[in-house]
Amino acid sequence: MAVKVAEEWLNACSGCEISIVDLGERLLAVLDLVEFVHIPVLLDHKYYGQLGEGKHINIPEATVGIISGSIRNHEHLEVAEEMRRKCQIIIALGTCATHGGIPALANSYRNQEILDRYYHTETTDKVDEYPSEGIPHLLDSVYALDEKIKVDIYLPGCAPHPDQVFAALAGLLAGELPKLPDRSVCDQCPTVREGKGQVKQLRRFLEAPHYGAPDEPIDKMRCLLEQGFLCMGSVTKAGCGGDKIVPRCIAARVPCRGCYGPVQHDGNQLLQMLNALASNGIDIHSLPDYVSLLRFSGAHKLLRPGHKQKEA
Amino acid sequence: MSRVINIAPITRIEGHASIAIKLDAKGNVADSKVHYQSLRGFEKFIEGKPAEEVPRIVNRICGICPWHHHTASNKAVDLCFGVTVTPAGRKLRELMQIISHGEDKILNFFFLAAPDFVMGPDADYGVRNVIGVAKAAPELATKAVQMRYKAKMILEKFSGKAIHPHAAVAGGFCKPLLEAERQEFLPQIRELLDFSLFTLGFAKAEVFPKYLDAVKVLGVINTGFIGTVDEQGALNVFGGNLRIMKPDGTFVEFDPQNYTDYIGEAVTPFSYGKYPYAKCWNEGFSLDIDNPKGIYRANCLARINVADKMATPRAQAELEEFRAAFGRPAQLTLLYHWARLIEDVYAYERAIELLEDPEITDTNVRAKVEPKAGRGVGCVEAPRGTLIHDYSTDDKGLITRANLIVGTTHNLGPIHMSVHQAARALIKDGEVNEGILNKIEMAVRAYDP
Repeated sequence: MAVKVAEEWLNACSGCEISIVDLGERLLAVLDLVEFVHIPVLLDHKYYGQLGEGKHINIPEATVGIISGSIRNHEHLEVAEEMRRKCQIIIALGTCATHGGIPALANSYRNQEILDRYYHTETTDKVDEYPSEGIPHLLDSVYALDEKIKVDIYLPGCAPHPDQVFAALAGLLAGELPKLPDRSVCDQCPTVREGKGQVKQLRRFLEAPHYGAPDEPIDKMRCLLEQGFLCMGSVTKAGCGGDKIVPRCIAARVPCRGCYGPVQHDGNQLLQMLNALASNGIDIHSLPDYVSLLRFSGAHKLLRPGHKQKEA
Repeated sequence: MSRVINIAPITRIEGHASIAIKLDAKGNVADSKVHYQSLRGFEKFIEGKPAEEVPRIVNRICGICPWHHHTASNKAVDLCFGVTVTPAGRKLRELMQIISHGEDKILNFFFLAAPDFVMGPDADYGVRNVIGVAKAAPELATKAVQMRYKAKMILEKFSGKAIHPHAAVAGGFCKPLLEAERQEFLPQIRELLDFSLFTLGFAKAEVFPKYLDAVKVLGVINTGFIGTVDEQGALNVFGGNLRIMKPDGTFVEFDPQNYTDYIGEAVTPFSYGKYPYAKCWNEGFSLDIDNPKGIYRANCLARINVADKMATPRAQAELEEFRAAFGRPAQLTLLYHWARLIEDVYAYERAIELLEDPEITDTNVRAKVEPKAGRGVGCVEAPRGTLIHDYSTDDKGLITRANLIVGTTHNLGPIHMSVHQAARALIKDGEVNEGILNKIEMAVRAYDP
């Protein structure tokens, strides 16, 4: 019998859902083996009954509940709690769900500051009051899922590679709880490390790194951090390359920005990266801004109002 | 007794919205509202960030069109820093964006919209979805899935990430295209072009004729349009001048750098989303479907309406056929689906042109950049519509101010109006069923993505 799956997106961009769709032909195999009972991007099941006659959000029972996105407003919270009640296993899919993701950069500000900017851009008409009718109120912060509900499986990534989404679903169908290994992007990076970086000041990514001829393979390029570019591979969970392993930013000769979140679930990419820089003799004051080190992992109270930019 | 019907969430779209329809004592539609429920605050939280990093942050606004945000953002940063992108860098950016633009059409047609047409709008929701389509037409579904995968894998193989890319950089592109890669991708893109032509032919023969009655009534409103054209007045999704067209077909054309003179954004009490309107018409803003003010639409139908022509031959032939049948500007909302498939043909014809251009493999892909104070407006056409990223930087090249108008928001007002039109036409004397409510949602899906 097909395994029942429910899926929801909360404070999210839909990239994780696109990653599911990007399974290619494997998607059709998955659709044969699972029965989606609720997934707003593909299926018209409604929260309050098909004619809107219900009073409370109702999601059908399922063995597996997949949730992407963080929790930003009261409706997200209600949906997450309903998913937890109705699903035996909850998967946090993507870095917004596991660590807040890019939208958690908002945690550096109070809601009022966010609203004040959004409703006062140069093209926006002046208003006396901000919208509030029929829309869910914002929570005070952007929360990762496990700050509000119990999570069983973490699958970070912005977006998670389709290979990993497939491996996780295939594992679950075989009765195994999938888990990504606690390794770093550096552990899977094929670039050349000499272990004696000469860099004292970080370079902003405004010029191309050295990598010889255009067809030079990636394993001939020197480590981007040792070339002086901020690369967060050492403080970021591995996996972005999927089955092909090579980290996807490095494959394009672009430094890692940490989109799989910290190597250990409760790690702090900002502190760990500052440590990594200092222990390599790199002046941490050469960073143009610190907050960007928590670009993907600003939930769990790591980013808070007042924690904005370092003073110039 | 009056009552409110809540359609929540709106499904088979990308995004978070719900519909509330208020019925009067007789069971007829007194009012309807579309509530947009998401607010993330990108304009605030990119302040203080190094501008060259921002194209890797704002691509998270949308997982369906991250390449478009990435490209528009890079253009804005280039202008802030006063850098001229190298020709090969510019072409690689356009190539990646246009491949992404094409695969999005396949996603929309087969995954999001097709269930309404293949299974029928009144089918049970349990089968009215992509799984139902896959069971009803397995060969077609397999082909659609394979074709999308092919496009996504070209993006991933060449540029690292297909979703949330990082490959466009200030001054150009991160690495050159090798001749071997060009030779590998060309036949795949030609196959995608063939599939886009097949899809359009299939839709014209098997899908649209069955629903012409619905096309003529469902969600129909009368509005203006916005889109981007090149120097010859042909549709261009990568850049050019903006045109805002009135419902009567007359238009103004302007440089996107001056967008604040032409576009305003209204705020309503019932939606986090703002409502762009044509400030340049000097009539204000109103969502009243009997007397709309300032309302224009974006996305594929808008683009083919404002453009004088398509820049590629097969897409042009399709546009001529479309115009002969529906005129210019075409107003019927469900024609978005038709226009979308014409754009799909254009996307892969244009991708082939770019891949056949000898300059595409030039190794000078990235100009050197110095951070500095400046302002720049980056503008491209995303699948859902005109995308505007407007940044200012300080002398260290950090963002001091940003204003974003993203594709969907142009259509928030028109969607609201189309929903109201559909609800008013379909709900009579309190008679409501799932099929009727789904038809009202079809008026939303036409605009997305």
